[in-house]
This record gives sequence, structure tokens and C-alpha cells, in this order.
Amino acid sequence: MTTPYLLKNVRILGGEPTDILIKDGVIAEIGVGLSAEGAEVVEAEGLIALPGLVDLHTHLREPGREDAETVETGTRAAAMGGFTAVHAMANTNPVADTAGVVEQVWRLGREAGYCDVYPVGAVTVGLKGEQLAELGAMADSAARVRVFSDDGHCVSDPLLMRRALEYVKAFDGVVAQHAQDPRLTEGAQMNESELSGRLGLAGWPAVAEEAIIARDCLLTAHVGSRLHVCHVSTAGSVEIVRDAKRKGWNVTAEACPHHLILTDELAATYDPIYKVNPPLRSAADVEALRAGLADGTIDIVATDHAPHPHEDKDCEWAAAAFGMLGLETALSIVQHTMVDAGLLDWAGVAERMSSAPARIGRVADHGQPIAVGNPANIALYDPAATRTIEASASASLSRNTPYAGMELPGRIEATFLRGRPTVLDGKLWEGTA
Amino acid sequence: MKRHLLSAADLTRDDAELVLETAAELRSLADRPIKKLPALRGRTVVNLFFEDSTRTRISFEAAAKRLSADVINFAAKGSSVSKGESLKDTALTLEAMGADAVVIRHGASGAPHRLANSGWVRSSVVNAGDGTHEHPTQALLDAFTLWRHLGEERKGGLEGRRVAIVGDILHSRVARSNALLLKTLGVDVTLVGPPTLLPVGVESWGVETSYDLDAVIPKVDAVMMLRVQRERMQGGFFPTPREYSRRYGLDGRRMATLQDHTIVMHPGPMVRGMEITADVADSDRSVIVEQVTNGVAVRMAVLYLLLGGSESESTE
Repeated sequence: MTTPYLLKNVRILGGEPTDILIKDGVIAEIGVGLSAEGAEVVEAEGLIALPGLVDLHTHLREPGREDAETVETGTRAAAMGGFTAVHAMANTNPVADTAGVVEQVWRLGREAGYCDVYPVGAVTVGLKGEQLAELGAMADSAARVRVFSDDGHCVSDPLLMRRALEYVKAFDGVVAQHAQDPRLTEGAQMNESELSGRLGLAGWPAVAEEAIIARDCLLTAHVGSRLHVCHVSTAGSVEIVRDAKRKGWNVTAEACPHHLILTDELAATYDPIYKVNPPLRSAADVEALRAGLADGTIDIVATDHAPHPHEDKDCEWAAAAFGMLGLETALSIVQHTMVDAGLLDWAGVAERMSSAPARIGRVADHGQPIAVGNPANIALYDPAATRTIEASASASLSRNTPYAGMELPGRIEATFLRGRPTVLDGKLWEGTA
Repeated sequence: MKRHLLSAADLTRDDAELVLETAAELRSLADRPIKKLPALRGRTVVNLFFEDSTRTRISFEAAAKRLSADVINFAAKGSSVSKGESLKDTALTLEAMGADAVVIRHGASGAPHRLANSGWVRSSVVNAGDGTHEHPTQALLDAFTLWRHLGEERKGGLEGRRVAIVGDILHSRVARSNALLLKTLGVDVTLVGPPTLLPVGVESWGVETSYDLDAVIPKVDAVMMLRVQRERMQGGFFPTPREYSRRYGLDGRRMATLQDHTIVMHPGPMVRGMEITADVADSDRSVIVEQVTNGVAVRMAVLYLLLGGSESESTE
């Protein structure tokens, strides 16, 4: 028997203030002036209620790199960011390419209890791009894997990609492609541009992403399967996805918060805190991503939360690891770049950060509207707050946030996972575990 | 001048001219029986070389010693990329030893920036070549050599002179630094190479570019040939070394199309028979050996101006 919670004067998706009663893991009542009897009251005036956020692209690093992140620390960071479900990428050590590893990650998530963890299965054995992993075994395991990705590596072999797209149809899976032509990006360090030429950093050209996306869209149409494009980063990619959707092909796409706000100019500092894959792009690409996210060409925001230990960033650019933290800042960046800019309303945010990712990942219990009878997965967000990002304040085990010192709007005040708080009063709720 | 020399872009025209004038004064030392000045006595210069480069290291060592500085040579073979000690820990070690200047050569573009701007060391940092980024003292010694031949006796110095830089621009730190510095000094620069070896965005560098060496060289006052590194020969940037030589090498036939006063330069080490033939390298037009001599004078000037010249390093 869990404690009931009454969320008072909360604005669902930014609407008129009302009360929400959470009881036995579900939303029991919604209405003005509900009785607080027997319930913990959360004074939620000014706060917006969103369905608990769902991340389709998280690196939790466990097993193998517990010095960077664990399932527990990563899901704590997720809860602090308003997430109630995350998809844990497969590039662990051992790689999540068997039923055994995905079940381990899934179970670690259950034990930590901060956030539901849905393991992503590797497409190919060891992410090597040579042979399909046992996708069916992972789909049938307790982890019920539906999203498959070699993220970090591109399934560049067109025949292997075709087979993967075909094969996952048997269990309604989706292949989430890290679109990066390996030959066009050998040694690549940053966006290929006038700046990469000046800085002497090997370029990562937009065409290396766009060529793969175009090919994969065609393959998906040809075999009648489902493609999800990870971390779309260029204006050209947005255009290709828009065209594929216009043709009615089953293609979805994600954009990362950092690609919505940061540009490749930051590489001029040579500070690898800004080193990420795909790389930060031009201001024109940022504009195109925002527009694509606004008009639905880009279906979702996904964090690509990529924790790294300090020494992997406190070094020269070429030696540094790719990736940046993202779970705790994602919603603030979406508010800043999309909502405050008038490109998206809060219902749109709920769609892009909760409902749509849950649909793509085939996660039934998440991404549901805030309505009576639905699972009580809710994020309470204060859009009027401002905060200065401090790396040391992160719930993640790692500190590699590119936003340190930046002032961003908004703060998660509470997160509820099936009716139990994981975050309350803006702090992790220690009664969770 | 700034406290560090990381990029040729750090130098204003006044800065660059000050280095050249100082180098000219210091160069006269080379003709004296005792080649030493006490200017940097008690100061420590560390040569931190993560890449093999005997000639640049020796040049900096000679420069520091002629100014009476203590010199520590630190050859950190391999970088943190290949699991050695990290750049940061190496830097902290040098800081603990009390280095006043660190001269760094590193395979990663931007490594000197990291050394200078990450709070690891307080000393001045001199970029002695970083990855495919920059090599500012090479540009200064090239400018000095150009100035001695083409600018010294002339009103306006090098203003309006024309220089062609030929070869693998894409991977050349020498080309980047030279393009920046020569532009600052008013020189008209043309970068020449096959399209595969010209960087994306080069049109915004404020220099001319050309794919046609024969069309360019009769018009220039100096031709600077760049080395074609062995690993590029297999990289698919051009079909064969022979075709490269034919289209972009400087041989006797091409040399005959140069103006009488035009000089031939090369930062070394040369691949004779590839980008330059022996008869050109050893001809009267070639100032390649003089570039080496000038290198010591220019590096003396840089160390002197960074460490001894202003006495203001405590007030930055």
C-alpha cells in the first residue's frame, strides 16, 4: 500500500489549475478542490504536469564502465530530469547482444527503482557489424527488447541493415540507426566546415549522416519495416526524413538537446567537453532541427546521455571521448529552445518527450496522457524557475556537462513513477529504493 | 605580445614585425665567435615533444641555449592516445619543475591550447607544431626568410609580395600558420594543390587557391613547397606519387618559368624526387638551408619576447 499523493493546483500540460489524486500507482481522480484526506499534499501551484518523460537514447554504462555511470546513478539522473523510463544503449561491456545481458540491465533498473529501464539490444554481435545478434532471444527475454541499435557504430553494411529491418518485423521491433558512414568519417573529430579546416581537426561531413539516412529510408520502404534515426544533426537529414514521411514510410527520428542549442563554434576552444558524436553542427543546422521538431518531422527529443570519467575529457581533443551528459538538462533546453521560442506548446513537449518515444519503443505503461485510470507516471515542472548549471550538482556519476555555468530555465520539482515519488521538492526522494 | 604563442593568428602585424626585427638583431650573433647572450639566464625552457622532430627540437634548444636559458628536453614518446602518461600529468610534472616556457610539439591539433588554457601550467606555451593545425614559429622563420630576400630593402616590406604555398595544404600546419601570418604582413598568398588536399572552407581564409601550379608560379616572388607525407601517399588523395610529382612537383622545367628574383623554400624535411627535385633543392634559388639558420634566430626572438622582453608576466 503506497501513500496517496494529492497534487494541488497543478496545470496539466500548462492548462488551467486543477488537482490530481494519485493512488495505488494510478491516477485516481482529476478535478478542482479534491479532498486531501489520507493523502500527502504537494503544493503544485505554478507547476506544469507532464507525463513522465521517456528517453529512447541513454547510456547507462553498466556493465563494464561503472566508473562512468551505473544503472542506479544514471536512473537517479533520469529521475531528476523528469524521466520515468529510459532506454539503455547496448554499447556496454559485455555488449548487450544476448538475452543474458539485457535481462541483467533490466533487472538492475528494477532494483534501483528510480526509473524503468528498457534495454536496447545490439543489432550485431559485439557491435561489430558482421552478424546479427540474437534479436529474437532478446525480444522474448524478460526485458522484452523492441529497440535494437549498434549506437556508437553504424550498421553500415547495406545487406546487414536490410536483414535487420526485415527480421525485427517478427516481433514489432525497430532498428535505431546511428547514421554515420564509416569511410567518410575516418578519424573525424568535429563538423566538417570552414572551422574544422582552420582548427586542423578532421571533419565529420553532413553527407556521411545524410547518405546513410537516405539509404536506410529506402531500405525500410522496400522491406516494409520500421526505422528510427538516432540523433539527427543536420538540416539535410531533416529534409530526407521529411521526404520519407511524406511518402508514408515508417520512419521516425530523434534530435538531441545539445544539437538544439550548441553549435560547432565551440570546438574552437579545443575543450573536449564539446566533443560529441554526431558533432555539434552549424547554426543553420540547429535552426533546421528546431523547425523539424516543431513540425513533427523529428518525432522525439532523446538525450544521448553519455557519461564519461573526468580523465576522458580532461585531455587533448583527439584523445577525448565523444559524448555529453543530458538527462538532467533536457527539458530545460527544450523549454528554452522550443517552448520559450514559441515553436512548441507543453502538449507538444509531452508528445515529443513522452508519448512518441514510448510509442516508438513499444512501452505500454509510459507516455500515457494524464487521465484517470492511467499509470501515475508524472513529472512536475516549474517553467518559471531559472538555474545555473553546476557540473558538481549532477546526480550522474560523471561531470561532463557542456552547460556548466549556463543559466537555463525550468526545474523538475517532482517525478512520480507508478504513483511513488522518485523526486520530491526538487530532490531525489530517498524513500524510493 | 600575448603570453603564449599558440597560433600565427595571435600575432598582430606589430607583433610579427617586432619578432622579425628582434630576429634580425639576434641573427647577427650567428656571425660572432661567441654566440651567446645572457638574456634568459636562470630561466628554464622545456622542450616537450610528443612527436619526433629532431630539427625543430634542436632549433629551439639552440635558441634557448644561446640566450643562456636552462633547457630540459622531454621526449614523451606516444601521447595519452596511446596509453602513455596523459598530457595533463606531464604538464603538472613540468610545472612542478618550474618551467618558465614550454615548447610543445604534439600530434593532436589544439594540444598547446589545452596546455595553455586548462590551468595545468602557469608558464608560457609555445606551439612547435600541433597535429594538422599550426606551426607558428615555422611561419615566422619563413616570413623572416622572405623578408630578408624580398622585403628588407623595400618600402612597405613584404606588402604586396606574392607567395605560392604548394602541396598538401589539408594536413599542413605549416600552410595554416603561413597563410595567417603572411596575410597579416600584407603578402598575397596562393595555396596550390590537388582539390583533395585543399581544406573544406579554404575560400574563407582570405587567400587565393589554385589547382594549376604552372599557371601560378611565373607570377610569384617565392614558392614554398610542402612535404608530402608518406602516409598520405596511400590515402587515396591522389592516384600515384608519380602523378603527384608530375602535376605538383617543382622540377627544373618548372623552375625555368620562375622570375629571376623568385626564391624557392621548403620547411623540411624534403622528399627529394617527390615534391621537389634535387636540382631545384640545390639550386641558387633555394633558400632551404638558410631557413634553418633563420629558424634559430626567430625562435630566440620568440623566447626572448615571451620570457625576457617585457618582464610583465606577473601582471597578466
